[in-house]
Amino acid sequence: MPELLRVRHLVKHFPVRRGFLGRRTATVHAVDDVSFTIGANETLGLVGESGCGKSTTGFSVLRLIEPTSGEVRFQGEDLLALDVERLRARRRHMQIVFQDPFGSLNPRLTVERVVEEPLLNHEPLGAAERRERVEEALDMVGLLPEHRTRFPHEFSGGQRQRICVARALVLRPKLVVGDEPVSALDVSVRAQVLNLMVRLQRRLELSYLFISHDLAVIRYVSHRVCVMYLGQIVETAPARALYERPLHPYTRALLSAVPVPDPRRTRQRILLTGDVPSPMNPPAGCRFHPRCPEAMPRCAEDPPLTRAVATDHLVRCHLYADSPAWTPEAPAPATGAGNPSPEGGRA
Amino acid sequence: MTLLRVDDLRTYFRTPHGVAKAVDGVSLHVDEGEVLGVVGESGCGKSVLALSVLRLLPMPPAYFAGGRVLFMGKDLLAAAENEMLAIRGNHISMIFQEPMTALNPVFTVGHQLMEVYRTHRHHGRDEARRSSIEMLARVGVPAPERRVREYPYQLSGGMRQRVMIAMALACRPALLLADEPTTALDVSIQAQILELMLQLRRELNTAIVLITHDLGVVAEATQRVAVMYTGKIMEEASTVELFDRPLHPYTRGLMASVPRAEATFETEALAEIKGVVPSVAALPPGCHFEPRCPEAVDVCRAQAPPLAEIGPGRRVACWRVTHA
Repeated sequence: MPELLRVRHLVKHFPVRRGFLGRRTATVHAVDDVSFTIGANETLGLVGESGCGKSTTGFSVLRLIEPTSGEVRFQGEDLLALDVERLRARRRHMQIVFQDPFGSLNPRLTVERVVEEPLLNHEPLGAAERRERVEEALDMVGLLPEHRTRFPHEFSGGQRQRICVARALVLRPKLVVGDEPVSALDVSVRAQVLNLMVRLQRRLELSYLFISHDLAVIRYVSHRVCVMYLGQIVETAPARALYERPLHPYTRALLSAVPVPDPRRTRQRILLTGDVPSPMNPPAGCRFHPRCPEAMPRCAEDPPLTRAVATDHLVRCHLYADSPAWTPEAPAPATGAGNPSPEGGRA
Repeated sequence: MTLLRVDDLRTYFRTPHGVAKAVDGVSLHVDEGEVLGVVGESGCGKSVLALSVLRLLPMPPAYFAGGRVLFMGKDLLAAAENEMLAIRGNHISMIFQEPMTALNPVFTVGHQLMEVYRTHRHHGRDEARRSSIEMLARVGVPAPERRVREYPYQLSGGMRQRVMIAMALACRPALLLADEPTTALDVSIQAQILELMLQLRRELNTAIVLITHDLGVVAEATQRVAVMYTGKIMEEASTVELFDRPLHPYTRGLMASVPRAEATFETEALAEIKGVVPSVAALPPGCHFEPRCPEAVDVCRAQAPPLAEIGPGRRVACWRVTHA
């Protein structure tokens, strides 16, 4: 699987300004040293609780917000070094689907206008050709040609999310960032949209950066998963390995907290105490140590390094101090040999 | 013993497009100390059901087109407003999905909690403060002496929901209506809050009606379940029965559309329920689920099935089950 996106040491700090002069009084460490890769035709799940920086990461990758530092390479080219014009040209290969299908569609534009907008920006086509592309995109997401002239309010939440997917795909992008794309949908409709996204990936050879707080959804759609906590990735692994053998105490606690739809099953639940601390003042040492059931004295002082417990299983925790340290500069183990083959991925 | 009995309740809304039957002929009961789950998707009427029990709906546009709500034998729909004031927050209380909008932002947490004691228990100021601090400690709010002086915005989502639970349980009500109490919370906090509710239920013997769309929450916290769709109960069973042997095609569809633990997109597609939930203003003439139902037959299109008792505590509204 060739590499499509490589993110290294991504950092996004938001200044907090207060008072008359707008002095910088604090910094929100929204994303702090995040590194990952996404292969062609691969889905990388990014999971974590609210405020962990997963959406900021997704937005930074597309430069919808400017990262503070780091490197985002898309097909080998560093996006952060591009000027506005060249960035715009690259953006046609990278699209996004947002969480709220109500807030992300202009209520005054018809479906056709919504879906053709990216074409107007990026592809100089004739009217007939453009209409063809719009209809093709609508057809891909299961909408009918007569829906073209309707307005967003005439559609249900699930159908609106289909419109958003059509808008994202009309340019035939290589990477789609999904920022909680099914979280606002009802259970019965969620399955429709998830199945649709999976079908489209197979058909169009897309890569997804799939951001969600829902562990069951992430498990279902992802080849590999990154777990984030307070601005950092604490564990990266192929989906199956992560869910069957979670290594980081946070991942374990998170997985044990998910309610399982089986009343006969009684489980040992690892109840985390307290709340997620503020990213304004992340704890010293390991950021998880104040809530960690397995914290050791050194966790309060030393920030743990990321370690490779297997070639494709990375964890940021002192419990695995015996494993070799990992840096994103090392040959990419994440998309390497240990990865269970996603179908169709090795074109 | 039966604590609450809802009998053929019909809560309708007058809208410019006609009458919306949000709750349409719902009957159920809650026994002392039990947890009843009410499951359904948005717009199925589960929240309106809870608000009807406490008569918290704006009237108009809402009105009761029929039915009774018997709480300890008393019909709440016929009760005078001052009788309701004595019941709300005292014998029956409610917690809502979004704790930020349910708390008053301009009063301290302590003020709002003390109000409950002063109103229903006629506590003096100092006694109310003492009880409030004690209750906050009980629901796991750290440093409650300090927290009572803080405003809702100073608390995290999980802490606010704890405050809501403290307020709801302050008077040791016999019944707690919990409307999506953990939906707005993160997974790790959700587990804490569910655990807390169940623990307080054991200590105070409060019955809980747990309204949720999350089948995982239902499986972990309830003894019995009613599945709602477009204002009607489609199926009712003990929780174990429902998960072992779901009978209504809607229930089965819901269960199948949640990814199973072992499933990935590589091994199987998720089961879908085709179409969307119909608007309550434009319901199909027969069974409301018929347009989406994979098993619908002619009779389903013609006539809505009754909620038929097919075993002890087991009811289902489906022609395919009752006529099989």
